[in-house]
Amino acid sequence: MVATGTSTVDVRPTAARPRPPRRRDPRRWRYRLTVLSFLAPALAGIVVFLVYPLLAAIYFSFTRFDLLTKPVWVGLRNYAFLFGSDTTAWKSASNTLWLVVVLVPARMLAALLTAMLLTAIRRGGGFFRTIFYLPALAPPVAATIAFVFLFNPATGPVNAFLGLLGIDGPLWFDSPVWAKPSLVLLGTWAVGDLMVIFLAALLDVPRPLYEAAEIDGANSWQRFRYVTLPALSPVLLFAAVTGVIQTLQYFTQAAVAASVASGTATTGAGISQTFGYPEQSTLTYPLHLYVSGFRYYDMGYANALAVMLFVVAFAVTLVLLRRFRMFVGGAS
Amino acid sequence: MRFVFRYSLPIAVALMFLAPFVFVLLTAFMTSDQALTSNLWPASWHPENFVRIFTTVPMLTYLVNTVVYAGLATVFMLLSSVPAAYALAKLRWRGSNAMFVVIICMMMLPPQVVTVPLYLLWANAGLTGTLWPLILPMLAGDAFSIFLLRQFLLTIPDEYLDAARIDGCGEWQVLLRVVLPMAKPGIAATAIFQFFYAWNDYYGPLLYTSEEQSNWTLSLALSQFKHLHHVEWNLVMAATVVVMAPVIIVFFFAQKAFVQGVTLTGVKG
Repeated sequence: MVATGTSTVDVRPTAARPRPPRRRDPRRWRYRLTVLSFLAPALAGIVVFLVYPLLAAIYFSFTRFDLLTKPVWVGLRNYAFLFGSDTTAWKSASNTLWLVVVLVPARMLAALLTAMLLTAIRRGGGFFRTIFYLPALAPPVAATIAFVFLFNPATGPVNAFLGLLGIDGPLWFDSPVWAKPSLVLLGTWAVGDLMVIFLAALLDVPRPLYEAAEIDGANSWQRFRYVTLPALSPVLLFAAVTGVIQTLQYFTQAAVAASVASGTATTGAGISQTFGYPEQSTLTYPLHLYVSGFRYYDMGYANALAVMLFVVAFAVTLVLLRRFRMFVGGAS
Repeated sequence: MRFVFRYSLPIAVALMFLAPFVFVLLTAFMTSDQALTSNLWPASWHPENFVRIFTTVPMLTYLVNTVVYAGLATVFMLLSSVPAAYALAKLRWRGSNAMFVVIICMMMLPPQVVTVPLYLLWANAGLTGTLWPLILPMLAGDAFSIFLLRQFLLTIPDEYLDAARIDGCGEWQVLLRVVLPMAKPGIAATAIFQFFYAWNDYYGPLLYTSEEQSNWTLSLALSQFKHLHHVEWNLVMAATVVVMAPVIIVFFFAQKAFVQGVTLTGVKG
């Protein structure tokens, strides 16, 4: 990436670039040590907080382990239970899949629409951008509590407003049918981070492309379809992949919404009692994992669930890594 | 009139985004009985609710815990992640691409995958029940921060670094004297992200401190306001305002760095 504002004449002194010195050169070792001195903490972090726990999770997933006694090797029994008879695992996996299929596109669509709305505003764009962005800043626990309160079927302002329009509002977070859509509304409200990314990408689309399309007689839909969308595709792919990854670990909002809507309203110890309320409709896969491990102390089974989560998340990450050049881009 | 027409859509959207904040704020000033009704406007104003949340539960302890967690996590993250990002963005060495791929994988890893082994690790160290299992790992780098800092450092022209090298600076001196002053906006944005992440974090504190109430953060304590059997929504909403306010105030002061940071988390088209 060429920095703007600097001379375009390439007179860079190559001698000073930190190129590795030649083989058998004693400076080569000093250079390696220098690089290592920058990386040592991060390398230690990769070993202790990534490689070790991944291997340990795989090992524990083949054991029965309750924290108090030593792990006992049970072979594939945890996996047999997971795939054979744990209906809760399938329920939670289908809830998470539902969120992946609905929440991710809903957030991307909302982000794209608000970003395009901002590009269309002549003056005051910064003001509106700030307001659109604000909900993304709200701490998830606070935002979830607020939403459950606002969508309270009996006393909340949302159903009061719908009542004015003659609509009989649903039970929202108290309904097994509406609980997940209510979580989608919450996620769509806090869409600001994605919106800012899309906005930057929209502003990067070269203006002459639009002018050329206009001269060729393209209408506004055609300009969007054939100019904007292709230019945005790398950003959209990135947003889709990170969105899926975020949704696979969806935990906080589902846990807090269930707790507050069920009326126990605790966000501290004992919250796992209400996970999934109502009727397991908000029991996401990570919540099931948490319950297995930290309420029933079935560490072996919790790790089997964790390994399956890893397999899915890694497969999704691979989609992104195939486009690895996107990230490195700018380096070369 | 044309002004109203042109701006009607953005204004309507803005109102939808703002409405929840307004309802939370209004409810925070109500009596606990009125908060249970569908009234939108406080019949009488009770700013003392904001005092009561500190007197009825140890809110101050939770606030201090949250500040300590977020503050130390941010400082530790910077100490470990800035050098790593520098090595990835500005030094040439075999394996740098491979390491960057590992960093991306780490960033993409759902935390629940490694939760159980890490919990056992910290239990053996006798640190479960405290926030240290969330703070200490920051000394060993944070994948997302390294990623973000690297993207920032790539935008600094190599010419400045080369000039310092010709003047005889070692790589650490180049980082401290040349790169750090130029990378201030990027470092500020990354630090704010980390601080907000810890401030908002729920999963981590729940996992490690839910059984140890004296070490709770604000997220865990937010809805502890109950009167016999009904929730005191006015106090819950007042506490919600207290948790949201610092984030929003910091955002207004550092908006430019912040938005630049969010933009860099995406990929340039």
